[in-house]
Amino acid sequence: MPPLTRYFIKTALIYLATALLVGLALAARAAFDLPAEIAALSPVFFHLFMVGWVTQLIFGMLFWMLPKYSKELPRGNEKLAWAAYCLINVGLILRVIGEPLVALRPDLGVGWLLALSASLQLLGGWAFIGNAWPRVKER
Amino acid sequence: MIRLSAWTVRTAMVYLGAGFLIGALMLAQKGVPLDPLMLRMLPMHVEFVLIGWTLQLGMGVAFWILPRFSAEPRYGNQRFGWMAYILLNVGVLSTGVGQWLNAPPLIPLLGRSAELLAVVFFALHAWPRVKPAGA
Repeated sequence: MPPLTRYFIKTALIYLATALLVGLALAARAAFDLPAEIAALSPVFFHLFMVGWVTQLIFGMLFWMLPKYSKELPRGNEKLAWAAYCLINVGLILRVIGEPLVALRPDLGVGWLLALSASLQLLGGWAFIGNAWPRVKER
Repeated sequence: MIRLSAWTVRTAMVYLGAGFLIGALMLAQKGVPLDPLMLRMLPMHVEFVLIGWTLQLGMGVAFWILPRFSAEPRYGNQRFGWMAYILLNVGVLSTGVGQWLNAPPLIPLLGRSAELLAVVFFALHAWPRVKPAGA
């Protein structure tokens, strides 16, 4: 298993646990009448799960299992794939910090965090496609 | 990788790229408001990412790695697979884009029907290939 796959999968596992922890907080809010502000974590919960866990797990597996690009570069342009890993994770962490902040304290003026997070995640997703696309080929 | 797999996996990647783009526009809109209409793309975002990307990728990988038969056709009935591919994509576009454009409710309904039929055709293709080694 290549190092990047291990990074993707282990990071995905951390996000899975974090997502379920946030899900627990959301459920506890409803059950114990906790502060309504906790509900601002709802989009964070979905994206920790879908981007942090599902997408990264898939990316790790595809980077490992897709057909080899060539003998010299079996996994294609690895720099692109590493860039995808870094961009998606920095972008997602910025979202986890920024989205509740923007919802609860719009006066702080940190909306740019979300725009930056969006740009980084978009570039990360496209970078992964740039690495994987040439490896998807017919025999 | 057979042609059916390559097309399915590549199409899934197109939806991944589009889904990330739509998601990025909506997230940026929350922080730096440009046009509130962007937030209307949520159903399309969900449709592209969940069905267009995740489900379609699973189907494409299954076409590729499920056990083959020892005699031709080694990959089973690929026509069922192609029907699943076409119907799924008609369904994703009708449901996702239809909801975004506020199309009449019949359009997303037809889209969901196409997705259901796609899953039936996928099962018809995959079912016989889920078998013990050498069978």
